[in-house]
Amino acid sequence: MTLKEGKTGMKLRIQSLADSPLKERLLTMGLLPGTVVEILRSAPLGDPMTLSVRSYNLALRRADAANIEVTAVQ
Amino acid sequence: MATLSIALTGNPNTGKSTIFNELTGARQKIGNWPGVTVDKKFGYVQHNGRAISIVDLPGTYSVNARSPEEKIVIDYLHEAKPDLVVDVIDSSNLERNLFLTVQLLEQGIPLLIDFNMADEAKKHGIHVNLRMIEQMLGMPVVTTVGRRAKSIRGLLDVFTSTIMANYRPGEMIQKHLETIEELRVSGQDAAVIEEKMIACRYALIDEIVAKAVTREKTGWSLADKLDGILANGFLALPLLLAIIYAVFEVTFTWIGQPMADTLDDIMGDVVTPWAADALASLGVVPWLQDLVVKGVIGGVGSVLTFVPLIFTLFFCLSFLDGTGYMARVAFVMDPIMRRAGLSGKGVMPLIMGFGCGVPAIMGARALDSEKDRMISILITPFLTCGAKLPIMALFAAMFFPEHAADVVFAMYIVGIVIAIVMAKVLNVTTFRDQTSTFLLELPPYRLPDMKTVLLETWDKGKGYLVKAGTIIFAMSVLIWFLSNYNMAGPTEEMSESFLASIGSAMSALFAFHGFATWEAGAAIVTGILAKESVVATMGILYGAADISTEAGDAMETASQLVGTMGASFTMMSALAFMVFTQLYTPCVTALGTIKKETGRWKWVAFAAGYTFAAAWVVSLVVYQAGRLLGY
Repeated sequence: MTLKEGKTGMKLRIQSLADSPLKERLLTMGLLPGTVVEILRSAPLGDPMTLSVRSYNLALRRADAANIEVTAVQ
Repeated sequence: MATLSIALTGNPNTGKSTIFNELTGARQKIGNWPGVTVDKKFGYVQHNGRAISIVDLPGTYSVNARSPEEKIVIDYLHEAKPDLVVDVIDSSNLERNLFLTVQLLEQGIPLLIDFNMADEAKKHGIHVNLRMIEQMLGMPVVTTVGRRAKSIRGLLDVFTSTIMANYRPGEMIQKHLETIEELRVSGQDAAVIEEKMIACRYALIDEIVAKAVTREKTGWSLADKLDGILANGFLALPLLLAIIYAVFEVTFTWIGQPMADTLDDIMGDVVTPWAADALASLGVVPWLQDLVVKGVIGGVGSVLTFVPLIFTLFFCLSFLDGTGYMARVAFVMDPIMRRAGLSGKGVMPLIMGFGCGVPAIMGARALDSEKDRMISILITPFLTCGAKLPIMALFAAMFFPEHAADVVFAMYIVGIVIAIVMAKVLNVTTFRDQTSTFLLELPPYRLPDMKTVLLETWDKGKGYLVKAGTIIFAMSVLIWFLSNYNMAGPTEEMSESFLASIGSAMSALFAFHGFATWEAGAAIVTGILAKESVVATMGILYGAADISTEAGDAMETASQLVGTMGASFTMMSALAFMVFTQLYTPCVTALGTIKKETGRWKWVAFAAGYTFAAAWVVSLVVYQAGRLLGY
């Protein structure tokens, strides 16, 4: 699945990032393959979403989240 | 002893600016880095008999030299070679903050690492073994508590006593440097190398954090609880509107406007008569008396009265920014802004545009894609700034006395709608090849540092005082001259002045708009110099005894003008004139700011031209449609 399909409260492990203009910035901000992120909430209109990653909170658009392949963490 | 040079680096939201402000206080200066519109902040301090210079470098997450800010940081560190580079880190957010640290160490820059917000980290159950980090990195480590002045002042002792030459990168860093070097010469694709380097850096950081940091489980933080209300759920949007409304209430009703009114009264009742008397008793020639009293004091005074408004608005916005709420505004508004091809981060600069276009255009710097920045800058002139409000108030009071407030409100809406339409148009034409991005850190909520808020307010507001002192001064003299002279010399009849000639040339453009008079043309021309001048020009031309640019006095002015102006405007042509002035070419100060921010005259010409064209078309449509409907 991709991060875009994630629901609030889910803990997800990043598998890979597809090529996009944002890829290098996402990596720099700490979203690497293997990193575990938690979906904290969505904005009132459903988009963007907030992630907890490496002990800080990051907001990104669902369209960009579609470029991030993830698997669920138990 | 030579001056000790210090540079502050670090991520955004680490309290770096607060440290800088606490260390340098009012002895700081703000300039520009050459070629770009990023603030360069520097200051001087004396400590233990040593002169210390401190530069506050822009906050960045990395130094890949992709953005102007990142380029400034890395170029400055390599070229200026400061004696000491301080890396300010938010202790509650170590992992991402250490990324910049590692990258700087790779560049061979020795660092004094300051774990700031040590109190917040403790509250979150984060314990950092500083000595261990010091050993692993091989660099000196100190801690500070963001808002505690004493703790920050302690840094000065560290600055004067630390000798960076005594420090060498630790074994872990050495090994990391070798890996990075191997990657650099591996001959792979540049993008692949970059990705592998990023992975290496985070692997190193994970290792450091695993060894030196322990975390206790704590409950939900304050930020999480507040975000549940302010950034999520059905209350988020109404609360956002309420907060923006409160900012405008404070600015226009509670503090800013009353102060502006007082200042206006002082200018009108004290300064003007005093200057007139003084000049008369000194025996100054009458034309110079007239120039100083009507031209300079009238013109500069009308801008000065806006100063309290602007300072109050900036104070509110700086304060909100300091709390971390601005990031939530961008977050909540992003889907709405995206419909117009903009990013959520563009909301705040545009809201400022209702106060004044100049800070709004400057505020667009905060946007991270070139496209968002350019579109935001180019649509700002359509919004109803503080100086356009008196025009709207005056005309509404005169021609629509029953529905004055509704008509003024409708003008705000016209501005917003055209701004959105133009954003959309620019989005699919000029800038269609560029993408808009949105990646935003939501920092923890914090109580803003008052010193930082006040200094920011002063820095931004100062621009307004400079404007009053320079451009408006020059414009006032120019308008006075144009309305009192013609080719033959001084003239008593304003209808024979230069201004009348210019106005009637201009009015030829408005043959089908219903306001093809030289008076309206002259008001439009002076409005390009400063929007404040439109009402003042109309007042002089139509002969009102006491013209005030204050919105509150519009009724009073209107009643004086109604006889003369009522003859030259119909209800429909007044409405068309309002629409035109709402939308047309921004004032020269705004155009100058566009030049400064975009760096190209091409964009200044575009901004001036396309707003004029849009105003011309919309106003024509309004007038002709109104006539067809029988008004």
